[in-house]
Order: sequence, then C-alpha cells, then structure tokens
Amino acid sequence: MNAALSIEGLEVAYRARGREQRVLGGVSFTIPPGGSYGLVGESGCGKSTLALAALGILPRAGRITAGNIRIAGEDLLALDAGALRRLRARQVSMVFQEPARALNPTLTIGRQMAETYEILGVPRAEGEAHAAAMLGRVHIAAASRVMASYPHQLSGGQQQRVLIAMALAKEPALLVLDEPTSGLDATVEAEVLDVIATLRRELGTALLLISHNLGVVERMCERVGVLYAGMLVEEGPTEALFADPRHPYTHGLLRCLPAAGRRKAQGRLETIPGFLPAPGRRITGCVFAKRCRLADARCHKEAPLARDVGEHGGGHFSLCHYAERVADLSRETSVEPSPASDSPAPAKTELEIENLSKTYVTGGAHVRALSGVSIVLGTGETLGLVGESGSGKTTLARLLLGLTAPDAGGSIRLDGTRLEGAASGRSQAARKALQIVFQNPDSALNRAHTVRYLISRALGRLGGFRGVRREQRLRELLAAVRLEPQYLDRRPRQLSGGLKQRVAIARAFAGEPRIVVCDEPTSALDVSVQAAILNLLAELQRERRTSYVFISHDLGVVRYLADRIAVLYLGRLMEFGPAERVFRGPHHPYTEALLSAVPALRAEHARIRLAGEIPSPVDPPSGCVFHTRCPRKLGRICEREEPPLERMADHAIRCHIPRAELPAA
Amino acid sequence: MSAGTTTSDAGPLAELTGDMPAEAEEPTRWAVLRRSGTFWSGTTIIGFWALAAIFGPRVVPWDPYATDLLHELAPPSAVHWFGTDQLGRDIFSRVIVGSRDILTIAPLATLLGTIVGTTLGLAGGYLGGLVDTLLGRIIEVLISLPLIIVALLALVALGLSSVTVVIVIGLVFAPLIARTVRAAVLGERALDYVAAAELRGESALAIMFIEIMPNVMGPILVETTVRLGYAIFTVASLSFLGFGIQPPSPDWGLAIAENYGVIAGGYWWTVAFDAAATASLVVGVNLFADGLHEALAA
Repeated sequence: MNAALSIEGLEVAYRARGREQRVLGGVSFTIPPGGSYGLVGESGCGKSTLALAALGILPRAGRITAGNIRIAGEDLLALDAGALRRLRARQVSMVFQEPARALNPTLTIGRQMAETYEILGVPRAEGEAHAAAMLGRVHIAAASRVMASYPHQLSGGQQQRVLIAMALAKEPALLVLDEPTSGLDATVEAEVLDVIATLRRELGTALLLISHNLGVVERMCERVGVLYAGMLVEEGPTEALFADPRHPYTHGLLRCLPAAGRRKAQGRLETIPGFLPAPGRRITGCVFAKRCRLADARCHKEAPLARDVGEHGGGHFSLCHYAERVADLSRETSVEPSPASDSPAPAKTELEIENLSKTYVTGGAHVRALSGVSIVLGTGETLGLVGESGSGKTTLARLLLGLTAPDAGGSIRLDGTRLEGAASGRSQAARKALQIVFQNPDSALNRAHTVRYLISRALGRLGGFRGVRREQRLRELLAAVRLEPQYLDRRPRQLSGGLKQRVAIARAFAGEPRIVVCDEPTSALDVSVQAAILNLLAELQRERRTSYVFISHDLGVVRYLADRIAVLYLGRLMEFGPAERVFRGPHHPYTEALLSAVPALRAEHARIRLAGEIPSPVDPPSGCVFHTRCPRKLGRICEREEPPLERMADHAIRCHIPRAELPAA
Repeated sequence: MSAGTTTSDAGPLAELTGDMPAEAEEPTRWAVLRRSGTFWSGTTIIGFWALAAIFGPRVVPWDPYATDLLHELAPPSAVHWFGTDQLGRDIFSRVIVGSRDILTIAPLATLLGTIVGTTLGLAGGYLGGLVDTLLGRIIEVLISLPLIIVALLALVALGLSSVTVVIVIGLVFAPLIARTVRAAVLGERALDYVAAAELRGESALAIMFIEIMPNVMGPILVETTVRLGYAIFTVASLSFLGFGIQPPSPDWGLAIAENYGVIAGGYWWTVAFDAAATASLVVGVNLFADGLHEALAA
C-alpha cells in the first residue's frame, strides 16, 4: 500500500522584495497509511509552509524549487488542475487554526456540510442524513439544531468539531491539522483532540498535525519531526524523541517548558539564546550552530547530514554532528529540586478584594460576570487566576485596574486604602500602583510611537521623571527588561513578539508599581520566548517585591509563577489557596478537571472529561453553578443549594463534598 | 486599517517574520504610492494648477483683466489661444490665472472642515456616551440637508465674502469628515494602548490627539483629499450662482456664469475652457485621493 503522504527533499522558496527566500531546505518524511505524524517548531520555522506545500496550495509568492510530494501514491507536482482538485476532493482534508474563518458566515452549518457530500456525488437528502450522523460522531449532541445554526451561533469548540466532521466526512487518506486547538480552552482542546483520535482510528485516516504545543503532539502522534529554519533537524518515534532528544534544539524546546511542579523559587527556566536566522539567509554549516551550546568550529563550517541515532531502532534521525552528546546538556544544567514550601511565608497584605461583583446589562438581560469574589494578595506574591474563557478572569483584572467600575457593595483595598471604582476617579498614586501587561502587545503598544516614546511617556506620567533624570531611568529600565538600546528608535511593528512584550513590561514597571496584572502575557509567544519572559517577570518580582495578578490558561506557567491560586467558574470563586495546595489537593472537582485537561509532557493520568462547555452567564445553573458539568456531583443538593466557600486555614473551596473526600493529585 | 491587519491577514508569509529582530523595513505604502499611476497623474494635474496659481500672473501672454472691446468674442487663434470673452479679455490668460482664487478658498475650506471634523470625530468616538449621541444626531441632520442650499442660506445670512465661503463650506463638510473619523476611532478605542494610557492618567485630550490621532491619519488624509474635490466643485458652483468668488476675478465658475448666455450664439470657447479647467482639477484631486487610498490600504 502506498504511503498516505511522502515528501522527499522538499525545498520551497518565497519571492519577497524581489529576492527568492528559501523557507524549506530539503525536508523528507513519510506517513504510512493510517499513521500519525507531528510537526513541531517555533513560528517562522516553516511548519505552515510545509502543510500548504503538501496540499498544493502555496500562496502565489511561494514556489517548490526541488523535491517531490506524493499523496496516497499520486505525485502532486505532476497532476493537472483537474486531477489535483479531484485528489483534494477525495483524498486530503485540512483543518486550520481559526475555525471562525474557515466557515462561511452566511450559510447554515447543515448547508456547508451537505456541500462536502454533494462534491462526492451523494444526493442532497442523503448528504444531510450523513452530515447529521457525522456531527454525532464528533460529539455534537443536538445535531439538527446545530445544522440549522449559522457559524457565529456556535462556540469555538463546536465550530472546530464541525470542521473536523466536514474534513473527515469523505474518509480521506490524509488529514492535515494546522494548530487545530490553539485558540481553545484546555478543557475544550482535550475534547477536540479526543474526537480526532477516535475518528482517525475508526476511519484509518493518516494524520499530519502541526503544533507548537509539544504536549498535544506527544498525545496525538506516533512520529514527530522537529523543524528549525526550514530543516527537519530531528525526526523519530514520539516516545524516543521526547524521552531522549538527539538534537540540541529539540532538547532546548523541551527544557523551555516549565516542567511539572517546577516553581520560580527553584531557579530560572532554560531558554534558547539568540534568534531564528532570517529566511533566505544562506547558512554554511549547521543551521542551529549560532544558538547551540554544543557547537564548535566544525558545526559552523560543515553542514551535518541526517543520521540514524536511535538506540532502539524505529528510525530516529538527527541532524547534528554531536547527537550523542545532547544528553550531556541536561546533566550540566539540571537543578536540585528544592522542597517547595506548602504555604508561602506570610507576607504583608498588599491587596484586599472583598465581595467584588460586576453585572453587565445587555439588551435588558443582566449578566453577572463576577459574583462576590474576595481575595487577598501579599507583597511580592503572585496570584494565579485560572478558569476557562467566560469564567470572569479578565473581568476581575479590569475591575482591579479600574477599567470598569464594580457593582456597589464590594471593595478593593490597596495597602489598606480603599480604591475608587473607576481609574479616572483614583489618585495618580493609586493608578501608578496598579499597572498591567496585556496579552497582545500589538494592541497594547501604540504603533504610531517609538519604543523611546512609549517608555518615556510612562516614566514621565507615572514616575514623574523629567529631562536627564528620565533618560537615565529609561536606560535603567531597558537594562532591567534586557532590551538593547538600539531598539529605542524602532516602532512596535519592527520588533519581534518577545521584544514587544519586553517593551510592554518596561512600560508597566515605569512607575514602580506595587501590583502588575499580567493578562496571558506569554500566550502569543513561542515557548523559548515565553521562558525568557517568565524568567524576566520572576526576576523583576524578586528584585522589586512587586505583586502579580497572573492570568493564564496554561497551568504549567501558572504553577511556575504563582504563590496563590484563585479558580474561577462563571464569575464565582470556586477555590482559593496557596498554589501548591491547590495543585496537590484536595481540590475542587473543577480544578481537578482543569488540571487533567492539560496535555502535559510525559504525564500518565486518567483524563477527566467535562461534559459540554461553560454555561451562559445570562442564565447560570441553579445551586452550585458547576453542577451541570461536575463529574463528582452528589445529587439534588448540588442543584438546589449554592455551597459556601469553605475555608480551612488559608485554603478555601466551594463544594458540597466534604474536604476529606475531595480529589487530590 | 485596523490593527488586526498587521498580524492576522498577512497569510502564510507572516510566518516568515516570526520571532526575529525584524530589519528596519521600509514601509511598503511608499512603494505602492511610488508605483501608482493614478497617484502620479493626479499629482501632475494638481501640480500644474498650483504652479499656474503661483506664477500664472507673471507668465501669461495677456493681462487677464484688460478689456479690449475691439476684439470681443474672438475665436481661438494664434494670438488669443483660447479666444476672448464678451469684454475682449484673453481667455487663456484668464483660465491660467483663474486657478488662484479657487485654489486658495477650496483648500482653506477643506482644512477648516478637516480640523473641526477630526476634533468632533475624535471626541465622539473616544468619549462616547452622551457626547457621541448628540454629535451623531447633529451630524445626521446636517448630512440630510442639501449642501448648496445650506451654503446659500448661510452666505445670505452672513454676507458675501471669501472668508464666509471658507467658513461655510468648512462647517458644512465638518460633519461628513467627523463621521469617517469617528468610525476609525471606534476601532482604535477598543485597543489596549488606549486602556494603558488611561491607566497612566493621561487626559482625554492627550489620548485623543497624541495616542489615537496618529493611528487614524490614513482615513483622515483620504477623507480630506476626497473632500477637497467636492470643495472645488462647491466653490465653482457658488461662484457660478454669484454667491462665491466675486468679479472681476477670472475665476472659472464666475467666468462660466458671465458667458454662458452667449453659448447659444456659437461662442463655445467662452465657457468650454473654464469648464474643462474645473473638471481637470476635480479629476486630478480625485485621482490623487484614489492613489492615496490604495497606498494606505496596502
């Protein structure tokens, strides 16, 4: 039988600014029928280009300069337009990152799904029946209601499952997924991945999965390829590659992630120094040599050839002269795990939130976005805010900052002083004390201004610095966030994502704030850049005793930075306590589900599935708001009575289940 | 023009510019503008009339004001290239010099409209609430009124003079510009840099003019050039009706008004060249605006 996808020596170049820039330099791999292959690498490494090339849909500026691609035995490059179309209609499917952009907003889901079948020549009525059945297989319960809906009426998770249903409807030989779950909550991601895995097995479809998330790839794929600067630097069976990486880049990627249970007190995260080489640059020697700690003169001169380095067979290839020495890298840098204390040392209380609520009125309906939340945060501590989207994390952050005014009745105290609801009503000193690092630096940094202006303005307004003194502080601040002065006269669009986020951090720290709200500050960044930003935040906190309110959907990241954790669900505080105790348990069933949904590397545990998605805050469930999805629901009591937030020392949980019977890790 | 275009719409090529220190790239907008034939045609036409307005009086073959009753209504010839009018004045010289008044009044009126309109649009879009609602209603009322009638009424009430023409056209255009600016500001207002400025304690004025305005200069620029085309047309219309530029100016609209009575007698040249001049300037400004719009959308 022919391989589902076979790529040999593929080279792709883009024409940009009049020059051919090579983005893929001789990539080869094969996916057997029904096999699954993961492609990982940071942004700019050529992952998506590879997927587009494999489907024959490169943009016009792109050109395949060498190599060949075969899908189910057919030579893609030799096909004419009609044959290519037939091949795409029957043999290959693809699902991309943003489901909302892949669905036609003006057609119902049913119509769009039926199209897939019409192309295959199935009569319309029969097609609709097939479509309904297919929706059932991707765990969409009310298939007929969903088929009558328009895309905007569905949640992101539902849209993505509809697309998967459409992609698999024709039982293709190959399914290409490009970051299929990147925009989704961990709980929803887990469900979508389950659906893909099950259907793939049933239909015998081969899978090419592209992701920056190593956990996702590990869970879904039999083989993995690591792409760097357009080269496949390492390739092998998933287990062998993750357990025993044989290329320094793979090794670095794996070590950048905050490993399970790792805390900021245990030292810095590893980073990969330097930057990806600009596309099109001709590199003599190894592409990774500039950033590699193993590199020597030979690496800079002589390009390594792929060789089999596997000790256990199965074809484990590495593009490194010194593949055998990669394992030494771990030994060099491994840190002694210091015992993490159970409760953080009692610090002076910096922030006290009491009974904070926020109700939005939209179209006559009252939406309770936040409901009676009370939290304390000590000086120099980090509060991790976790919960699915729609849980009220961002609302809480906005209330703290005064970007929205809270409902009457609640209070926010900073160092004992009560703060006005709206930032405009607060004193400049209070405003200065609370600053924020936003999720998306493209939105947070004014693109009309230079880095110098962006930071200087904040220094002037918040720090009250003028003239020479301000210039001096500017230099100090740049040094503190590790930004080279050469960037001062650049505008945000001339900076990379990591550098932009450093500028945003410098701006937040300009007025020596007491508390900085970090709203998913690394979710738009690559893992190696994320590690550097997390290190920076931890360092600034250590030096300045700044408190953080850290919002993230990545529990690994939260665990690394947070001293206390607040778990929110539908605007209610479900659990609040010292980070280690929240993680270790006993914890709330919702916390348990959140923890188990994380596709952690090399984590073997039974996954807890949450049924459905977070309910609408317009009409929250009665009793305990979590009862509709709770896998440990007791019975009627959960539907009727809202459990109190029960405190035990400094760890509070809102659940009817007695503390002793609650789950623990 | 929204911020989203920089990241999400760039397609697969965006991947090429991943996390690396981007080389200081020349903005491609200038490249688009430089290659735009539309833009250069427009610029050439406007440039020609601007030069005519500045240097015209010194280079024209005849005194545009000098009457010559012996040679009235002479057809185009080697002596009088575009012929003469009812008073025997050289039409070629008058057309060239006639660009002066309109090229002073129309741009000034547009400038006034842009300044007032931008301020209102920024205020409505940023402050929102009651300010926005009030401004919105006023704008709707003004937009629903026919432009020329409003201008005529205002001119009659305020008295005829070039200053009044500038003020009237400027104020009539302001709500139109305000509407465009407001729409652009609404997109910017939702971005986090505005929240960051509020958290720095910046004043509303600083946020409007220092933070938001530079990011909506594109739409403002395009709207201004489009309005300039309309302003030229409006000034010419008012002059034709006798409410704009006053005699003895060689203004084109005025010249057409003075001479259109004699077209029936076959003296087409008395109005044709003035009409063509007006049209060419309006077309030129519109080409310029189109080119600019294309470049800013790139």
